[in-house]
Amino acid sequence: MSELPLLKVHELSKFYGGRIGCRNVSFDLWPGEVLAIVGESGSGKTTLLNCLSTRLTADVGSVEYHMRDGQYRNLATMPEAERRFLMRTDWGFVHQNPADGLRMTVSAGANVGERLMAVGERHYGRIRETAGDWLGRVEIGLDRMDDQPRAFSGGMRQRLQIARNLVTSPRLVFMDEPTGGLDVSVQARLLDLIRGLVQDLGLAVIVVTHDLAVARLLSHRMMVMKDGHVIEHGLTDRVLDDPREPYTQLLVSSILQV
Amino acid sequence: MSDLATYNFAYLDEQTKRMIRRAILKAIAIPGYQVPFASREMPMPYGWGTGGVQVTAAVIGPEDTLKVIDQGADDTTNAVSIRAFFQKVANVAVTTKMREATVIQTRHRIPEETLTEGQVLVYQVPIPEPLRFLEPRETETRKMHALEEYGLMHVKLYEDIARNGHIATTYAYPVKVEGRYVMDPSPIPKFDNPKMHMSEALQLFGAGREKRIYAIPPHTKVVSLDFEDHPFEVQKFAKPCALCGAHGVYLDEVILDDKGGRMFVCSDTDFCEERREAGHVGELGVANKEAAE
Amino acid sequence: MATPLVVSEVAKSFTMHLRGGTLLPVIQDVNFSVKAGECAVLGGPSGAGKSSILKMLFGNYSVDSGQILVNHEGRVIDLATADPRTVIQVRRNTIGYVSQFLRVVPRVSALDIVAEPLTARGTSIEAARARAEELLSALNLPRELWLLPPATFSGGEQQRVNIARGFITDHPILLLDEPTASLDAKNREVVIGMIEEKKKAGVALLGIFHDEDVRERVADRIIDVSGFSARKAA
Repeated sequence: MSELPLLKVHELSKFYGGRIGCRNVSFDLWPGEVLAIVGESGSGKTTLLNCLSTRLTADVGSVEYHMRDGQYRNLATMPEAERRFLMRTDWGFVHQNPADGLRMTVSAGANVGERLMAVGERHYGRIRETAGDWLGRVEIGLDRMDDQPRAFSGGMRQRLQIARNLVTSPRLVFMDEPTGGLDVSVQARLLDLIRGLVQDLGLAVIVVTHDLAVARLLSHRMMVMKDGHVIEHGLTDRVLDDPREPYTQLLVSSILQV
Repeated sequence: MSDLATYNFAYLDEQTKRMIRRAILKAIAIPGYQVPFASREMPMPYGWGTGGVQVTAAVIGPEDTLKVIDQGADDTTNAVSIRAFFQKVANVAVTTKMREATVIQTRHRIPEETLTEGQVLVYQVPIPEPLRFLEPRETETRKMHALEEYGLMHVKLYEDIARNGHIATTYAYPVKVEGRYVMDPSPIPKFDNPKMHMSEALQLFGAGREKRIYAIPPHTKVVSLDFEDHPFEVQKFAKPCALCGAHGVYLDEVILDDKGGRMFVCSDTDFCEERREAGHVGELGVANKEAAE
Repeated sequence: MATPLVVSEVAKSFTMHLRGGTLLPVIQDVNFSVKAGECAVLGGPSGAGKSSILKMLFGNYSVDSGQILVNHEGRVIDLATADPRTVIQVRRNTIGYVSQFLRVVPRVSALDIVAEPLTARGTSIEAARARAEELLSALNLPRELWLLPPATFSGGEQQRVNIARGFITDHPILLLDEPTASLDAKNREVVIGMIEEKKKAGVALLGIFHDEDVRERVADRIIDVSGFSARKAA
């Protein structure tokens, strides 16, 4: 209990002109904790994710990150060079569409190796060894290492994107609908993989999803968003099994039972 | 020449030359940094060296002697027409002799002989951005230069090794200038890369279509990128020049007949000629005589 | 040593917003405690709120009012108001729970599902698997099933995986929601034996057992939930 939060979010708001993107969002994220942000399309969950990950600038409020040197830094006032360095070393971002997070015209090995080269690794053999190791961890065969992700299936691309993000051992990973648009069986495999990696590496994750099953499987804690506001927030199984808010009850009761 | 004619010396008007000179000065002040400039329409198509011609026009004066080379040769179409252009619009002395020239405009080569203090080498550049092939967004590449994020350059070299077992990039091989900016040296063979390092001459690069000027001032460190376990190497040729017998120079392949006959000769024609005048003879110099007999 | 589990004046109701905001009271004024080494059993008719009480004690259901005091690593924690992070830590180290149904994770083998509570607390995977094997063989789960994900197991097989998972740790409090419901007589005996062992080890157990035979053999005390029913009072 002596450890400190990794991310401290204080009254974060983002407006698109007169419309609310997200409003007054506050929470702490702890090391190793998986937080799911759920809600329907347009509820502001992606806006929130983008504000947290500095892909968007919030209008009000602050996001503080616990740097490896032990200091808290306000992300909004951090110099861009430092922020970009943070994003490619200590953070990961897994996009819904793998093409947004991968370089589609360079090989799988180079996709994974890029972050290593970006932090100054200049030994080809070592880069290749590490990349191969990570491809193995996301269940991509070494024989595919020199193929471009263009030749990969959707599920493989997504796994490659995850490997590309995790190769620098980040402490915080943002995921935007990581299983969206995949077949159910491919989804199950990916979810299990993410779950295993998150546990093994002790990653903190903020995952945006509209799929409550994904939230239940991956997250410890969840926030339900509606119209830009967080309407319910708590332990994932508590929110799903004993939803309090009308909207959350509607959401939970709308899950199709198989 | 009348006063009116000298006012627009070297084709461009004074305002344009001043604008280009400002860009050149900035480029010299920040070695390897691509300075945008308002590239003008020139009386030749893009790709024929409009960038180089504008830079040359901005730096050349009536006292200068100009040499123009294309792929090392003084007598190819591009070289001949650019040389003729400056003879006409600037009335400057021209030469093919490397040591006589004060300004050398080049496409795809650096002369074999070491450039000396006071000389200016002007490169014609088709695509100035070394990161372009992996990152299409100009906003992003500019940011990457600004923040010194050059990991992507090594991704390109990584791909080379992964595909070919060695770094197969043989021209336009990226370099780091004075430990700061990564720069595309224009499509010179990587054989010429070491010549840029600590050169006594001023090296200017002009990209007309892309509207960028960059520079390597004299005595600047220029290092070719590589991996620790795959260090940078220049091409090596198995044979010396067939005409002049020179070793350790860049050679061109020349097809002799339709039966597979070929020879390898210096790409730098001026260098080759001088050697032959000095009495050096390569193996085909003899072979040719025999064939004639 | 402090009483491991004290429940004080707990009340719970559901508001059914999808049914026009109907307020569904479940229980109120729940008061009891469970001592170390004791197995208390919640009794009362179906729908009296036995499962809801267990779920509140596990932090799975929220609590309207009252306190659930748990002795967690030497400190007393009120689960009714604890933040999610604390609840997760309490679950990891203090309160174990054997639910009625197994929540299956795709692609994870039965053995690893059982071993997980130990690995989550830092036990090596080898040691955790060895202990899981002991439990699964004690519960007579056919060895050929151990490395399969339990999604396709029968109800009884899944329940045994669930029991093994719940019993593998040395949590000082263990909640049991009908752990023997779909077991045959032989395996019921095994579970009864495991409960006896937990009692000897000083674990505070609280369970729901519909099988009267099992209930009588394990229960030190029956807590009649119908006394807490909110509907009777309403």
